[in-house]
Amino acid sequence: MPIIGTQASQISGHLLTPNNFESISTTTLSSTASDVTFSSIPGTYKHLQIRVMASAVSGNQDGLMQFNGDTGTNYSYHFLYGSGAGSGSAGAATTQSYMLMSNNFYTTGTSLCGVAVIDILDYTNTNKYKTMRSLAGVDMNGSGSMNLCSGNWRNTAAITSIKLYPAGSTINTYSSYALYGVK
Amino acid sequence: MAAGPTYTSIASNTLTSTAASITFSSISGTYTDLILAASHGSSSASNTYVRFNGVTGAYYSLTQLVGTGTASMSSRESGLTAFRIDNYAAAFTTIENSYIIQIQNYSNTTTYKSVLARCNATQQGLEATVGLWRGSTGSSTEAITSITYYPGGGSWLVGSYFALYGIKAA
Repeated sequence: MPIIGTQASQISGHLLTPNNFESISTTTLSSTASDVTFSSIPGTYKHLQIRVMASAVSGNQDGLMQFNGDTGTNYSYHFLYGSGAGSGSAGAATTQSYMLMSNNFYTTGTSLCGVAVIDILDYTNTNKYKTMRSLAGVDMNGSGSMNLCSGNWRNTAAITSIKLYPAGSTINTYSSYALYGVK
Repeated sequence: MAAGPTYTSIASNTLTSTAASITFSSISGTYTDLILAASHGSSSASNTYVRFNGVTGAYYSLTQLVGTGTASMSSRESGLTAFRIDNYAAAFTTIENSYIIQIQNYSNTTTYKSVLARCNATQQGLEATVGLWRGSTGSSTEAITSITYYPGGGSWLVGSYFALYGIKAA
């Protein structure tokens, strides 16, 4: 039974109606993989959220994303980052073949993981290009990276699949990717 | 694909008297992720800290991104005895800080635990923090069963609000 240490009698309130946030699918790797792809995503939600905890076979790999299997140069992204030693902003305005979910996201080993919360708003709307944003980072007890990223896919199609992958490695065992829908 | 509703309120508290800390304890392993949402002010100039399982060993580290309105910066700390999730050593007589802390896969026993915090202090700026907790020994991976949330000095003000949610993956 959860207990609040100070005044347990004053329990009140919700920030979100629980039934409006649904688990759609989760992948926890039992062996290494080049990517994790959520496919056949139903159009029954208003927004999507992906929650990631992952590492890679080789470290310091950027985390990347693509929608609907599109490998064309139809993406752009920008990000604000902190490395612990400095901060900055960077991006790629057009003609990218992926969106950046987080830079230096994937570390090595199975006990250290990057973590991310990715939001994709209005993913079924066919009148607008699609945008994602992420809050993501990794701390490795002496090094790390914290990122606020946004990405754009210049396509009005509804999103039905999402691919997440490291830039130059494979994803480690135990890495977990969970897809949720918000009504 | 499986589907099912989730995002469950585990516990929440709106203070009617000041408190030196808030502790969510006996957290079950039922969920996949935890989300702590807090809106608070403190009685003295201090940072905000998060500690797991009451462990006071120096096994917490973090990387932080800060925006003040005039500059951005980043800092890193290791050997902490708790996460210092913000950089605003200021006291507010009104409650205007909104913090959300994401704790992913908190009950797995394979990995160290990582947290993401986004902290908005309207008078001073915002911060995003990623933190790492290396368990009770500095190299252990036990599940998180309690979370203590406290100001470095003084007390949380009356009216401060704290809520813990659980999300369960399919």
